[in-house]
Amino acid sequence: MNISLPALLSQLLLGLVNGSFYAILSLGLAVIFGLLNVINFAHGALFMLGAVLTWMAMEYFGINYWVMLIAAPVVIGIFGVLIERLLLRWIYKLDHLYGLLLTLGLTLLIEGVFRSVYGVSGLPYDAPDALSSATDLGFMVLPNYRAWVVVASLVVCFATWYVIEKTRLGAYLRAGTENPRLVEAFGVNVPLMITLTYAFGCALAAFAGVLAAPVIQVSPLMGQNLIIVVFAVVVIGGMGSIMGAILTGLGLGVIEGLTKVFYPEASSTVVFVIMVIVLLIRPAGLFGKEK
Amino acid sequence: MNTKKISTVVYALLLLALVLAPFFGAYPVFVMKLMCFALFAAAFNLLLGFTGLLSFGHAAFLGGSAYVAGHAIKVWGLTPELGLIAGTLTGALLGWVFGVLAIRRQGIYFAMITLALAQMMFFVALQAKFTGGEDGLQGVPRGKLFGVIDLSNDLTMYYVALVIVVAAFLLIVRTIHSPFGQVLKGIKENEPRALSLGYDVSRFKLLAFVISAALSGLAGSLKTLVLGFATLSDVHWTASGQVILMTLVGGLGTLSGPLVGSAVVVLLENKIGELGNFLARITTVEWFNTLGESVTMVTGLIFVICVLAFRKGIMGEIIAFIDRRRAK
Repeated sequence: MNISLPALLSQLLLGLVNGSFYAILSLGLAVIFGLLNVINFAHGALFMLGAVLTWMAMEYFGINYWVMLIAAPVVIGIFGVLIERLLLRWIYKLDHLYGLLLTLGLTLLIEGVFRSVYGVSGLPYDAPDALSSATDLGFMVLPNYRAWVVVASLVVCFATWYVIEKTRLGAYLRAGTENPRLVEAFGVNVPLMITLTYAFGCALAAFAGVLAAPVIQVSPLMGQNLIIVVFAVVVIGGMGSIMGAILTGLGLGVIEGLTKVFYPEASSTVVFVIMVIVLLIRPAGLFGKEK
Repeated sequence: MNTKKISTVVYALLLLALVLAPFFGAYPVFVMKLMCFALFAAAFNLLLGFTGLLSFGHAAFLGGSAYVAGHAIKVWGLTPELGLIAGTLTGALLGWVFGVLAIRRQGIYFAMITLALAQMMFFVALQAKFTGGEDGLQGVPRGKLFGVIDLSNDLTMYYVALVIVVAAFLLIVRTIHSPFGQVLKGIKENEPRALSLGYDVSRFKLLAFVISAALSGLAGSLKTLVLGFATLSDVHWTASGQVILMTLVGGLGTLSGPLVGSAVVVLLENKIGELGNFLARITTVEWFNTLGESVTMVTGLIFVICVLAFRKGIMGEIIAFIDRRRAK
């Protein structure tokens, strides 16, 4: 097998880019599940909303990428507050399959609306000028935008990890995950915390969507397939650990990238195959604490 | 009259209606498609409604079996009954593999694992040679049942399909009322209790999963035989979502719910364009004319409404209403 080093490295980088999206999305899923006991199927649709909003802002108002990098997560975060307050709030006492079904319905609804407006074809979005060139590193040509995606994602992921694991706010959150009633008895406003956590998870998904707009084709269906892969990532990593979610996401992205080089036919299934192997060897997941 | 008698009468009337339907202008192929989805939903409900397991991967059994049955009949030249058996066995085998893996995790993980496995099947179907990829498997002949009865006539095919679907439905009813079905119910209501009573919970779950998958496979192969093709839309995850919706709309854990729910969902998807045109005419809102292209939007809305306000489903509400009347 004859594979050039630059080709290998560029696929590796592309794998890291995808892995960054897996990491941000599975992190959001894990944080939401921890406190709300809801698997947020709508995560893929929110990711899509982040990207489409970025595209719309440029197309209709000429608002640039850097503004949307902050604005899109804020808008989607507010949207998340509405979802939690108006819909999710009613189903916490039920079996958690209803949470999955409700957010599945939301996904179909959101995607359906955007599909009826924009169809299924891709909406072109260019990387911002500052990052559109590439740097020659000697052994490979590094597209600046992709490098930016990886760096920005890592910063956001580790900032989230730091806040949850090392700060007082994070301590409340972790306590709320363990025993919400006890935390409430200590005078913490748990319902507010739940709303904000959901909004934060949604904002994370939108942030990933903005990052993805110039690298993945923007379309109303871009979140569908991604969310299912992210589910597999969550099954592999287990939702018990924040760092576990980040590392699993990045690692699987890299493995997927390498598969594209060595055996392209399997690149769309490799994550699922790994999930099967993990289920056989370590049913609780790599970092799993079964809830 | 007690409830049992009422339901027997209703089922008899339904059967009579189905037997006579072709003579009253119903398009046989459409009714057969309805029956296939009704069987699919009933098989799914055996798992969700009576065992409490949410599978998000039933599209793999429907679609996978549809491909195998189609291939067996078209390329290997098997007779229709052998094609159906091949499809059903495919469903059972896939169900066993999915079940063995997914039962290792509980609750919400179960749904995610089955969804991921079904997505893997989707990519396999997309890339494999024998499925025809994006074009699907086209031109599957109906052939002759047992080498004698020519199925190319829609009416003959209709009655054969009716017999198969009714038999499969009776099998599901029998399963639910059997001691085995009672254990499943026990697991659904309280898994730790069933475990401490000494039942091997995992084995019961696995067997329920295999039965449900096999019958879904039968539904998928029958659909291929009736329509003459198998396509990617049967293996796509939206088909898994659709069967969940059918069961939810009709009524989780009721025998008749999936039948009603599948009829409502299939009719809605087929007629939504006309409904949109009608709404556009009476409200003069131009946008309603595009409703036919936005089936997913309407499906999503129904999902949200059902989960928030209508969790018992149509038949669940009717049964609850009858029970309330009786209590007075």
